[in-house]
Amino acid sequence: MAFPFRRDARRARLHPTGSSWGDALFRAGSGAAGVAILVLLGLIAIVLALNAFPSLRTFGPGFLASSEWNPVTNQFGALPFIYGTVVTSALALLLGVPISLGIAIFVSELAPASIRVPLTYVVELLAAVPSVVYGLWGIYVLVPLLAGYVAPALQGSLGFLPIFQGAIYGTNLFTAGVILAIMIIPTVSAVTRDALTAVPQNQREAALSLGATRWESIRIGVLSYARSGIFGAVMLGLGRAFGETMAVTMVIGNRNAISVSWFAPAQTLSSIIANSAREGVAGSLELGAIVELGLVLMLVALLINVFARLMVWRFLGKQEGGLE
Amino acid sequence: MKENEGTIQPQKGRRGLWIILSVVAIVVIILVAGALTNWFGLAGTPPIQLNGAGSSFAFPLMSAWSTQYKALTGVQINYQGTGSGAGISAIIAKNLDFGGTDATLNTTQHTQNPSLLTIPESLGAVTVAYNVPGVPAHINLTGPIIANIYLGLITKWDDGSIAAINSGVAFPSTSIFVEYRSDSSGTTFVFTDYLSKVSSQFATQVGKGKLVAWPVGSGAPQNQGVANAVKGQTGAIGYVELAYVVQNSMSYAKVKNAARNYILPDLNSTAAAAASAAGSLPAGNGDWSQVSITNATGATSYPISTFTYILVYQELNVYPSGMTQAKAQALVAFLWWAVHTGQTTAASLTYAPLPAAVVTQDEATIHTITFNGEPLPT
Repeated sequence: MAFPFRRDARRARLHPTGSSWGDALFRAGSGAAGVAILVLLGLIAIVLALNAFPSLRTFGPGFLASSEWNPVTNQFGALPFIYGTVVTSALALLLGVPISLGIAIFVSELAPASIRVPLTYVVELLAAVPSVVYGLWGIYVLVPLLAGYVAPALQGSLGFLPIFQGAIYGTNLFTAGVILAIMIIPTVSAVTRDALTAVPQNQREAALSLGATRWESIRIGVLSYARSGIFGAVMLGLGRAFGETMAVTMVIGNRNAISVSWFAPAQTLSSIIANSAREGVAGSLELGAIVELGLVLMLVALLINVFARLMVWRFLGKQEGGLE
Repeated sequence: MKENEGTIQPQKGRRGLWIILSVVAIVVIILVAGALTNWFGLAGTPPIQLNGAGSSFAFPLMSAWSTQYKALTGVQINYQGTGSGAGISAIIAKNLDFGGTDATLNTTQHTQNPSLLTIPESLGAVTVAYNVPGVPAHINLTGPIIANIYLGLITKWDDGSIAAINSGVAFPSTSIFVEYRSDSSGTTFVFTDYLSKVSSQFATQVGKGKLVAWPVGSGAPQNQGVANAVKGQTGAIGYVELAYVVQNSMSYAKVKNAARNYILPDLNSTAAAAASAAGSLPAGNGDWSQVSITNATGATSYPISTFTYILVYQELNVYPSGMTQAKAQALVAFLWWAVHTGQTTAASLTYAPLPAAVVTQDEATIHTITFNGEPLPT
């Protein structure tokens, strides 16, 4: 959604409407706001690193590889939470991306205008639902549904796979993955739709004129053309799934251990922080370890988001060049 | 996207400027209005406010006290149930007038803050709640059995050790789903303190604390969260404060005490546990880290009982943000009220009233509180 503004801004610079004190003032003001964000981000990183220092010094890089998290013995390691974060996010992509792609293709290529506009609004409305509401819905609707019907069915049919074995807890990795899948759909489908809409019309026409069917024209002309934009959309969804806290904390079961089974409780980087943030006494090793988890989460989320934005911008930028 | 092409117009830019200007204007108006209200507000005497936070275990009681005390004296008590860990941190940081906690200061915290007084303020019981269809509302359990369940050594409800002490009860072969607190919790501290006393394996493998590394089970936040988790899962077991199991009409166990009797948690059995420990409590400014009334002696003591405490500074003029004589006086008066009149409210909310010996000790502690070195009359 930020893209039109960026393009407009560039155009405004290419065709200045004349200079006045108002423009200069506005430029200085908005420039300061932009710099303030960078300063803020830098300060957050510095404060996190300072508070994480006791843990950084004690555990070093081994922090990322240790699976022991014991506040009683002051042993802290991030591996169970990294595992929980990766598995729930992967599950979210596995379930959420195909649905998002379907929505985006339907909206941009197939739907008549009378359906397209309301459908777009409804999907974007999903993004406006606060995550604590997803969490509540997860506890009272999704948990009984998945633990009562879906999980036993999966265990019955695919029980030979280790991921579907073991006791079925109501709050578990699987439930968290399903909730995340629903939560990333608006992001992924909106950005994918933008990417598909940006594909030049002549791509579709060329494919159709060669005798391609509707599906073939979408596959050859549109999807493969918008590849990097779609990939960027998926990465943005991954970023959202990685950092999501409230809804996940409410349905994941909060166990600080690595379990192969998807039906066992687990913990993500963000949920362990939400659970234990109140515990730390300033300067203690425990608070240091909790803050270090925050540092890890922030760095990974930052990398994913920067990478995803670059992919999307490069794609849309290329399209803009083509249009002008 | 395409509809937006070439829509940039000077008028649009000016509209944006107007939006910014009106937002700034609104902010200015709000600030001015706030300043004016404050200015006029100073004309009258502002009511005294006392800020406390901590133990969520004690929160229902504190809320009731706050309403009663405001009606009685006009003094406003603000209490937030942020958890015992947060309460201790905040009173040490001098961000509160008093802290609430179920876990006492540890020795390090006490040594670094020798002027913090520990005042037992009410009593509570941690119950072992379960959801097993077809089983009576109060089955018998022992400390070692509960420890083994939480260690993952007993995994089925029809385990021989459970059946042996519940003759006549037909247990289903359901898996046991263990539920615990995921947030930093005084309730967890009391529960793990008890299990560490009755099971040496639990003591070495898990230990006691407000947050511990549970070998099995799943976690939910707050007492109500664990209560919901137990209610929502057939075969679940969890530890919850007494008021919550009563409110949620859940099944909870009789637990075998040190005198080998199976005791149901209630006001009398909790008070009995406190009475057995009352004679041996440290002074108000002493080290309370070893105080525990779990596994108390006495034929009718419920073994998973606890004091909940208020933490206050002995000398009150220590706040960087300032403390007035009137506010210090109000704090002392509230503490005095809480350990006397307040105890009758406690009973109606399933907190057992403090035994007389503990009230006497609290009186002595409250009398040591000073402002600028001068004692404050109660």
